[in-house]
Formats: sequence, C-alpha cells, structure tokens
Amino acid sequence: MTADPRGVLTGEHYLDGDHAAAEGALAAGCRFLAGYPITPSTEVAERIASRFPRVGGVFVQMEDELGSMAAILGGAWAGVKSMTVTSGPGFSLMMENLGLGIMMEVPTVIVNVQRGGPSTGLPTLPGQGDMMQARWGSHGDYEIIAVSPSSPQEAFDQTIMAFNFSEKYRVPVLVMMDECVGHMTEKVVIPKAKDIEIVPRKVYKGKKKDYLPYRVDKDMIPWMVHAGDGYRFHTTGLTHDEKGYPVMNADCQELCVRRLVDKIRSRVDEIVVLEEEQMDGAEVVLVSYGISARVAIPAIERARREGVKVGSLRLITVWPFPETRVRELAKKVKSFVIPEINYGQMYYEIERCAAGQARTILVPHGGGWVHDDEDIYRAIKEGAK
Amino acid sequence: MTKETALAPETSHPMDELLRMDRIPHIWCPTCGLGTIVTAFAAAMEKLELNLDDVAVVSGIGCTGRVAGYVKIDSFHTTHGRAIPFATGLHLSNPKLKVVVISGDGDLVSIGGNHFIHAARRNVDVTVICVNNFIYAMTGGQVAPTTPLTANASTMPYGNFEEPFSIPYLADSCGAVYVARWSALHVRRLTTAMAEAMDRPGFSLVEVISPCSTLYSRRNRLGTGLDLMKFYHDNCVIKHGADTRDLAIGFQDEITVGKFVDRERPTYIDSMNEWYGKVFGDKYESYEGSAK
Repeated sequence: MTADPRGVLTGEHYLDGDHAAAEGALAAGCRFLAGYPITPSTEVAERIASRFPRVGGVFVQMEDELGSMAAILGGAWAGVKSMTVTSGPGFSLMMENLGLGIMMEVPTVIVNVQRGGPSTGLPTLPGQGDMMQARWGSHGDYEIIAVSPSSPQEAFDQTIMAFNFSEKYRVPVLVMMDECVGHMTEKVVIPKAKDIEIVPRKVYKGKKKDYLPYRVDKDMIPWMVHAGDGYRFHTTGLTHDEKGYPVMNADCQELCVRRLVDKIRSRVDEIVVLEEEQMDGAEVVLVSYGISARVAIPAIERARREGVKVGSLRLITVWPFPETRVRELAKKVKSFVIPEINYGQMYYEIERCAAGQARTILVPHGGGWVHDDEDIYRAIKEGAK
Repeated sequence: MTKETALAPETSHPMDELLRMDRIPHIWCPTCGLGTIVTAFAAAMEKLELNLDDVAVVSGIGCTGRVAGYVKIDSFHTTHGRAIPFATGLHLSNPKLKVVVISGDGDLVSIGGNHFIHAARRNVDVTVICVNNFIYAMTGGQVAPTTPLTANASTMPYGNFEEPFSIPYLADSCGAVYVARWSALHVRRLTTAMAEAMDRPGFSLVEVISPCSTLYSRRNRLGTGLDLMKFYHDNCVIKHGADTRDLAIGFQDEITVGKFVDRERPTYIDSMNEWYGKVFGDKYESYEGSAK
C-alpha cells in the first residue's frame, strides 16, 4: 500500500534532521504523538504539534517520558500509528514501557536524538552513547530493531522505514539519530504519496469466537485487533499464553519470550540494511553509522589516495546486528576500524563477530563534538599494517 | 414453575457475559473487596446500557491491577503507575471508546501520581476507579501514600508517621469533574457512582475503600474482612457535597463518603476542537478520532 497523501509534503525542502523525521512520521501515517520536551529532539515534537491539527492527528505534550511512552502504546492499540521522540534522559525513562511494548507486541516508533551522556550530560551537543541502551536498555530478554540516519534525508526515509518495520514485525522500532543529524539542515526530497511504500498492520478480521490475540502461525507474528473492534481481547505485560492471559511458569515463559526473540532473530537477513562501498579487495573496513559515517569520509578518501584499500560498511539498521556479514568480512580483511561517539559500543559487537580473525580498532570520542578525521585516518593506516 | 425446572442445575451465571469465566477462580484473597467492586462495575455498565464492545478497561499493577484480566471487554494490564497515560493514548486516538482505569491507591497516586494529577488537569475523558485498601497488598503489606497515620505496615513497622493523601481532595484540586468516595460495603451507591462517573464527560474519579484482611487488617489487628465491613457500616458517614479538604482518613476514624464534586468543564478534546476551530476556522475538521 502507499502513503495517505494528506500527510505527505511532496517536494524539495531545506530541513534539519528533526523536522525531516517529523515529516517522515507524517508520511508514514503517524497520527498520534505523545512527547515531552527535551533537547535536542524537541523540534520533532514542535513540527508535529504544528502539522497535526491540519491533518487530523493529535499531539499531546505529556507530563513526562514515562507517560509519553505509555500513551503511544494506548494510541497504537486504538489503531492509530503512534510515535514518541526524546533524547538520552528521556530515553532512560521510556525503557519501562518500551518493555511493555515489546511484551504486548505494539507497533510504535521512538526517535532518540542522541546527546552526550551519562545523566544530563551535554544537552545541546552530540553523542552516540545510547546504542547499547537501545539494544538492552529495558529489563528482561528481547530483540529490537533500530535504524540510524546519517542525514536529514535519511531521517525522513528511515522514520518511514521504522514505521514499516514496526508494523511488519509488531515491535517498537528505534530511530537512533544524533544531535548533529538532528540539527543539520540539508535538502530533503519528499516523494509523491503514491511513491511511498507503507506496510500495513496485520489485522485480524475473522470470527470473534476464534480470535486469540497471541496465536501465531509460521511467521510468528500475531494478528492484531484494536480496542473497540468487538473482539474483547486481553493483553498484559505479564508472561502470557496465546489468549493473552498471564501464565506464571517456565514453560509459558519459554513459549512467549522465545517467540519475541525468534520473530526478529530468524529474520535478521530480511531486516538488515547496509551500505557497502569499495568492499572488493578491501584490507581495512571502516564500520560506521549516523554522523560518524560522514565524518569518516575525508579520512577514507585520504587513505585511499595513499593506496590503502579501504572499504566502507555503513549500518543503516544497527539492530539487529549484521553478524553474518561481519563474520564473512572478518575472514577476508585485515582489520575493522570503528569510529563512534562513545568509548566503544557497536565496537564490541564487531569485535565479537570478528572473533579474532581480523583486528578491531576503536576510534572513540567522548561526545560533545564529532571526530577529528585525522584520528580516523591514523586508525585506518594502523589497520592496514 | 414445575418441580422439574426448579431442580434443573444452573448452567450459567448472570455475569457470564461480563467476566472471563475461563479465568475463574481469581487470585484475590477471601473477603477482599475487589470481587464486590468488579460486580458493582459490571452492574454500572449494565445500568448505562453500554455496548460492551465500546468499553475498554486499563489497569496498572497490584491486586486491583488484576481487574483488567477478569472483565470480558477490551482490557489492558499495563505497567506500574502507567494505566492513566496508557488510557490517555487509547482515548485520544479513539474518543468513541469509554475508557475506564481501575487500579489501586499505590499504583494511581504514588508511582502514577504525576499522571493522575495531569490527566485531571487536562480533563481527559476517562473514568478512574481507585480502589484504596490503605496498603501495598500484592507485595506484602508495605506503607502506601494512603496508609493512615499510626497504622502499621511492613516498611513502617513502628506505625506510619507520613501524612497520607486524601484522594478526593487531590482529584478535586486538580480539576476532576466528578469525585465520589464509597466503600465496598455500599454496593448500590457505589454502582450508581460508577455509572455517573462513566456518564460524565471528562476526568471522573470514584475512590472505593476496600477491605484487605490478609495484610492491612492482620498487621493492624482489625479482625477479618467481615469485621472491616462492619467497621465501614458503623463508621462511614454519608456527606454529599462535603468540602474535599475535610476528607482525610485517620486510623480507625470515621470515613466520610458520598458524592463530593459533580461539575462541568470542557474535556481535552472539546477544548482542542473549540480552540483550533477559532484558530483555523473552516479549515479545521473537528477531531473525532483517527482510528479507522
């Protein structure tokens, strides 16, 4: 199916990443946003607050991020595409109901415009320190999907992608932006509504008496119904059976939670989106995401001019991690160089998958600014030795 | 009636349509007030002749949090304290639903206190039924924001010295359009209050004082659940329209019950539609929900 033209601002625009993410949400059909102001993500909420009244949506500024995340789960259960937006401190508060969204299998999108942390950290300056929190931040075991845009255009495109993933797999999806991308202004091309692909929710339309909220077939994705549809269903954050009823034992835990993990894990190949460049014959592979991918470009080009064979692997989806591809590359290349605005997060995944077959070189940055490309260049040269 | 039909065994229960009978027996203790309160809620829905397809119940965590699991309507058992914001999202996305939050005192006014006051302030059109047993029961009898002064709790082993909240006062001062308090003994009045609350557009609150014989009563040597019901019988004083500043509950003191607030205020959606109608004129389409 294609986008509802009412929310699509077709044309060429000059937008920052925050505003582009807001337009992506509108184009994807989002009509409910609950949020709480937090730098550097507030502009997403502001643009939505301005646009929604004219397209039939509701924006509500909640009392906090706990409430924001809870409210969008309610919105999604009422049948409306729902989103929230935040940054580090708010992202921490959202972890509670992110877990509920995972357990109840609620399609929703959370945009995190990352700033420097921990705690209040650097409200107005960039960081990429929430990458592992995105993966493991809520308690218990689960799998999650996260994307990481490197430009305002991608903030638009990947917010739509996030909604499509969330609908297809019935899981909250995280858009892991950073302050630089959020506040950088570039050309954003918004296509015609008919050219935007929208993945519809898998909605149950069968007999009421036969409906079980968590019954699945081979695809492991349950059929959703909405409050008011007449199915009189129950759902809970407790471990539950296919009726949605709580069952407190290890057998039900195995059935319930294993499926939450497997429905993503078994589809890593269809979910993962990577951008590869000059990988044939590469001796060093630079792995990056978000703003760091762009900061690395001059370093890669300089090393190439000096004859180093550098390939680039950009993570467009960051979770689930592209294990298979990194393992394959580890057999062929000398090293991976990983610039991140943190002291090593995605780095550990690469190190794990390289499994000693290739060197892994972290180029850390504590946050507050982007890397000096000189540091990335030196790491590439080191990796080529 | 023939002798034969009189002896025919009952194969159904009057509440079969309203309860998830496949989940009975429930987990609540003998003499807990929750069974009566769920019955009153079901009776209130019947009284309003609501189409049950249009009613949704949202609960948080705790003994009362389990109500959502037993009512045969769309029902959501959410996280601790977050029933009200979850209900806010449900309601704002589909205002045609009748959204009712049923949860406990700890869930709604301690961990969920911030959501409670802001939902009342915004006048979100949800009904909140707050079951107050004066204690955290599911976790084993810890002090609650409603535990009366001097009453014993496992985390106040020498008696409570923290001033408790008066829930009707809190709701009134934050803008609730309907505020009532009854006990689990006042079944008919409670049913009426629940029906009135659900019927009022805006944030409505019914506090229900409920016996917890397993923890509150036992720790405080107040006897069985039946003894507590007797206590309500002898000590609840009906004062409709009482000033909500005077509704504090002391340990084993008189409990003022009744309907305290019943007023009109524009709901969140009414205010939004009215204001945007002024701002955008004919270009604004009055919001009636975006759920399809």
